[in-house]
Amino acid sequence: MEHTSTVSPEVTFEHHHSDEEFKRRVKKTTILLSVITIIELAIGLTIYSLHKSDVNRDFLILCIKGVVCILTIAKAYYIVSVFMHLGDEIRNMIMTIVVPLMLFIWFIIAFIYEGNSYKNLRNKYDLHFKETTMPQKHGAAEKHEEKPTEKSGKE
Amino acid sequence: MMWYFLMSDAFTFGAFLISYGSIRFSQNFWPDPNVVFNAFPGAGHANLPLAFVSVMTFVLIISSVTMVLAVHAGHKGDKKGVIKWMAWTIVGGLAFLGCQAWEWHHLITGEHATLIDGKIEMIGQTMGGNPWGELVQGPELTAAINNTSHETLMELMHHQDASLTHEKLAAMSDPQMRGVLSAAELHIRENGPVAFGGYFYGITGFHGFHVFSGVIINIIMLIMTQKNVFQNKGHYLMIEKAGLYWHFVDLVWVFVFLCFYLI
Repeated sequence: MEHTSTVSPEVTFEHHHSDEEFKRRVKKTTILLSVITIIELAIGLTIYSLHKSDVNRDFLILCIKGVVCILTIAKAYYIVSVFMHLGDEIRNMIMTIVVPLMLFIWFIIAFIYEGNSYKNLRNKYDLHFKETTMPQKHGAAEKHEEKPTEKSGKE
Repeated sequence: MMWYFLMSDAFTFGAFLISYGSIRFSQNFWPDPNVVFNAFPGAGHANLPLAFVSVMTFVLIISSVTMVLAVHAGHKGDKKGVIKWMAWTIVGGLAFLGCQAWEWHHLITGEHATLIDGKIEMIGQTMGGNPWGELVQGPELTAAINNTSHETLMELMHHQDASLTHEKLAAMSDPQMRGVLSAAELHIRENGPVAFGGYFYGITGFHGFHVFSGVIINIIMLIMTQKNVFQNKGHYLMIEKAGLYWHFVDLVWVFVFLCFYLI
């Protein structure tokens, strides 16, 4: 590892920005994170009102949930790269952290698929399960929550 | 090295959240988070979906920012700055823990009318069950009211109209109360998926434990700063590492927030 710090061999990046620049960057990131969080909350409330209406909007809700997941990943990116300043580290350091986390892509897809297929099999062969748990289409109240996109742990 | 520890911790949390996702996809019904998390301290029974959890999220984001400032002060060797910002970070962490304690307490002890085995019972959200199933309507609801015990009827009546005291209710007979309740608009739900409570308490509890240990680490760092340990060493690298851990806690909350409260 090529590091120039004399403080500790574990410091693998240089502090090249000035005080002013740093303050501006932190401020910008804080505002960005807050704005994304507010958008997410607004979307959460939109989902709530969509659930209450009669019309079947499962697909729309699914899309909106996808948007929330993308926003969350954006937030994670900013926290890791600016607050944890991984973005300032040397390239090899970044790679040793990020490459193993790629496993999550497979991990998420595989296990969500697994859960979904278990549900389909049970609905097909276990009619008692289907009858007791399948939500009735009674409009006004809670529309059931159908397959939300699930993303997690991916940085 | 901190980074590799955090990476392994990310896998632990990832595994928890993915197993939650997997179970959730295997169910036909899953509770709507806006129905579950709609309380706010001091607001009584007002329906305020997402309000309290957004406060918690902002508390954690702000404490992350103060941690960045503490680390930055450390780079400049500014002892006073480190102490000031570390103290604010600790305050943020404790505030978050307090919020979580309130939320858990509310979920466990806040009892809701739930349809169990054909009759209505009052239950809170525990590992064994939760009141977040589907809404019960029509003839099923009427039958449930007819099967409900005297005590639960009294509780339901009191819930409907707080002016009904215990003495007034004791004077009413069961059929009378059933008549009133049938006419009223009751929000009775079925028992929700059992896994919901376990996953919620397990994952937010594990995250809360991380916040707790983060606060402890920050307090130790604060004391060490005050005792000039870092100044004598010539660098504030430990603050930097504690900071990484603290940001990681914030990062995990971003995903817990997404999985439990938003979607």
